[in-house]
Amino acid sequence: MSLSDFLQQAISRWMKDGGPQDDIILSSRIRIARNLQDLPFPILQTDVHADQVIQEVQKALASSAVAKLGEFEFARCRDMSQLDRYVLVEKHLISKDLAEQVRHGALALRKDEVMSIMVNEEDHLRIQVIMPGLRLNEAWQLANAMDDALEQQMPYAFDDNLGYLTACPTNVGTGIRASVMMHLPGLVISGHINRMLSAVSQVGLTVRGLHGEGSEAAGNIFQVSNQVTLGESEEEIINNLTSVVHQLIDHERSARRLLLQQNRELLEDRVCRSFGLLAYARQMDSKETLQRLSDVRLGIDLGIIKGVSAGILQELMVMTQPAFLQKYYGQELSPGERDLRRAALVRERLRLDTEVR
Amino acid sequence: MLCQKCHERQATVHLKKIISGEETEYHLCEQCATEQGDFIAQAMQAFDFNHLLSGLLNMEAAPGYPAQAPAALRCDVCGMTYQQFTQVGRFGCPHCYESFASRLDPLLRRIQSSTSHTGKVPRRAGEQVKRRRHLEQLRKQLNHAVATEQYEEAARLRDEIRQLEQMSEN
Repeated sequence: MSLSDFLQQAISRWMKDGGPQDDIILSSRIRIARNLQDLPFPILQTDVHADQVIQEVQKALASSAVAKLGEFEFARCRDMSQLDRYVLVEKHLISKDLAEQVRHGALALRKDEVMSIMVNEEDHLRIQVIMPGLRLNEAWQLANAMDDALEQQMPYAFDDNLGYLTACPTNVGTGIRASVMMHLPGLVISGHINRMLSAVSQVGLTVRGLHGEGSEAAGNIFQVSNQVTLGESEEEIINNLTSVVHQLIDHERSARRLLLQQNRELLEDRVCRSFGLLAYARQMDSKETLQRLSDVRLGIDLGIIKGVSAGILQELMVMTQPAFLQKYYGQELSPGERDLRRAALVRERLRLDTEVR
Repeated sequence: MLCQKCHERQATVHLKKIISGEETEYHLCEQCATEQGDFIAQAMQAFDFNHLLSGLLNMEAAPGYPAQAPAALRCDVCGMTYQQFTQVGRFGCPHCYESFASRLDPLLRRIQSSTSHTGKVPRRAGEQVKRRRHLEQLRKQLNHAVATEQYEEAARLRDEIRQLEQMSEN
């Protein structure tokens, strides 16, 4: 299969379409945690309980209310190969925890991969919507509609006072986690990032790296999300996050402007050097690849590099991950081989944008 | 700096181990570090979220915490003990919230901004919730009416409550 065909099939909507503020915001994501009444949470689940939850979800998916929200494919984790599960993790469509829930886990995925429902992860249900650009409200509305549709079919564990009951007390209440993936090279290069991030954490938000909890911010990519789920309404949570994100965007824009004004040569050198390495290197580890991609993306945003699609960062940051590489090349690869194939894939992808000089 | 194990890649994991005053430093690439396994995994776990949470749960001596939880505190639906909950940081079933209610407030105050939900209410359960809140309201009014000797008003409230209760039984 040619690379462009593979890309057509392998890429989710959040990786290709643009959206508001998409020069800085790569994606917006809403995830809501829900549990069924009178059943133990997955941590204490027997096979019988797990099957019961899965049957309830399948029944709900077949209802007309859910059908209005798109066409879904349903699969149990045990029926998918390990490689396929990890490809989904790398595409940010399911969590690593679900990929490892081989026996009890299951997944419903909308055809365009905008919405997924994880079954028997930490909670019985995790509804997730991921969209390109800054679209938290839109994502929430879709997740909310799915929540209503599912609730018609199965009663949720809900408490008057505590709201939606979840396995972990950090999710109780609204069960919502709203997060935005941001590319902030300007703030990193200019050294203002730490000050910004510590300010962000003081207003009830969390900042994490690309791969969630505990990961470093490779490729200058940061995920900002709400921390508190109880005591604020969904709208308040989303508005709070959105307004902080807008401020971060403003700071990133002015950092980029300043870099261009004061350090143009240095910046151009950095960007073009990284482009050269991506276009010609014969082996590259994933960390360097991300860093170089970040530089190139910044170059595209600032008009230093022309003729390369901006989506290249999202696309390649997912496609150069271990599982994806093995999926594309159709074989198992050792870490050393992955570095060779990663470089080859990046070169090939850059060549698809024909105007590359 | 190159990884001291494979001597090929950049060392990105830097670890200092001190055992009875004896220092050992490790500089490894991510790959060798994962292969090396154990002690690094342990080091990472020190920052594991569950541990952090269970740390919070065990701050029994902190002000605002009620006295030590009885060892026998246990959810009567799923059987999880409070002890187990503090270790894994996860509840066993929805009912655990009720079973451990006496211990929950200080925890929620620590990790959440408040202890009561103000967001979305499920549509189906919502009807019940609304009815229950309305009933509570009426009962409060009834108590007040009795206390202030407004018997006519009390009788009216009593009838309204009775009617509502019959409705929810159906």
